[in-house]
Amino acid sequence: MRKTSLFGGAAVAAVAIALAGATSADIGDDEELIVNGEIEMIIETAAPEHLQDRLSTIYSGWVFRSDETQAMQADDFDNPGMIFVDQGLEAFETVMGTEGQSCASCHENAESLSEVRSTYPKWDEERGLVQTVEMQIIECQTERMGAEPYGYDSQDMRNMTALISSVGRGIPVNVAIDGPAQETWEQGREIYYTRFGQLELSCANCHEDNYGNLIRADHLSQGQINGFPTYRLRNAGLVSIHNRFRGCIRDTRGETFSVGSPEFVALELYVASRGNGLTVEGPSVRN
Amino acid sequence: MTRHLMLAAGFALAATTLHADVILPDDVVTNEYGDIAQSLTGVPGDAAAGRDVMVNRGLGNCIACHQVTALEDEQFHGEVGPSLDGVGARWDEAALRGIVANAKMAFPDSIMPSFYRVSGFTRPGNAFTGRAAEGPLEPLLTAQQVEDVVAYLMTLTE
Repeated sequence: MRKTSLFGGAAVAAVAIALAGATSADIGDDEELIVNGEIEMIIETAAPEHLQDRLSTIYSGWVFRSDETQAMQADDFDNPGMIFVDQGLEAFETVMGTEGQSCASCHENAESLSEVRSTYPKWDEERGLVQTVEMQIIECQTERMGAEPYGYDSQDMRNMTALISSVGRGIPVNVAIDGPAQETWEQGREIYYTRFGQLELSCANCHEDNYGNLIRADHLSQGQINGFPTYRLRNAGLVSIHNRFRGCIRDTRGETFSVGSPEFVALELYVASRGNGLTVEGPSVRN
Repeated sequence: MTRHLMLAAGFALAATTLHADVILPDDVVTNEYGDIAQSLTGVPGDAAAGRDVMVNRGLGNCIACHQVTALEDEQFHGEVGPSLDGVGARWDEAALRGIVANAKMAFPDSIMPSFYRVSGFTRPGNAFTGRAAEGPLEPLLTAQQVEDVVAYLMTLTE
């Protein structure tokens, strides 16, 4: 039998169950997110200038989730994503590769990387391209440590990006979109507004034109990525930015791009820039 | 025995007729507003079957985006598209058939997928696998399913 579900029947059904009995949250609920009673998150702010002809206000995906899901992110003991941060920290301090080095050999401690998540993807002068955090980690492993690089979307990689994001929590996203990064940014914007697949859906159709609306039982967010990697309850694990992009294009009945592809790097830069001004939240908790 | 034979013959005849009269997606004729005057199958739509297509997540899943008061027994109506209450009074059959088949003819910027179209897509996939489509695409709904949905929509007069 042909499967013609609009948005992946099983996934939608799972959300329906998760939502049953949950209180829904929405824009204008006047909520605040302060993690561990000390990290104040900006979950709503004026849209960055490049976006103001489209949106006036940008919202963290946290705003759209149920009270129960929101609460899990407010305390690290309740946030299931923090287990992976611990695993990332262990790897950070472990020697890997032929050069006898760990991440800590150069970077001392994870906190010294607190400005990374908010400024990536970022133009890399030496390589002449825009790099994501994952690409930077792979570069360190192959060019400095003599180590076998992590797979782009492997558990080890997600642990490490979760660690790097966690030490940057509360810092406003501020990726550069001008200068040498501009061409990549424009490519990402082009992809954002392209209607992919047999369902002909662009990112904007759902996340710009319909955020806040229900699509069957799912509450559409603005598709911000300041909370990545995110702990998704339906996956019971950390989900990377590119994995999420791939899932969205798959749900258009489209042929996706690959994790780590130039197209997704460009899209990541563009989507990150739509969140300039929101705070780094990863690992966030989402449904 | 005779009865079975007659039934079988009847089905065979129906199938042949059906096949002969189905208008393929690329052959659909519309007017300038996107209306499709001619039935896609020549077989009258079945409103009860259309109701199932409307609510079934594996078929039309129309209520993923549209609210329909007559379907309020079904859970989770979306808010992305307009309510379909009264569409049977607001539109005639040809207009409804055109919108279900390819809403972008009438509303160029609509988010609504085209349920009876097989060409003109960017990176079409092989269903929901994320891989490239292999061979010609199937429309999201069959010609008869479109007719059934139109028949159901025509009952929504209030």
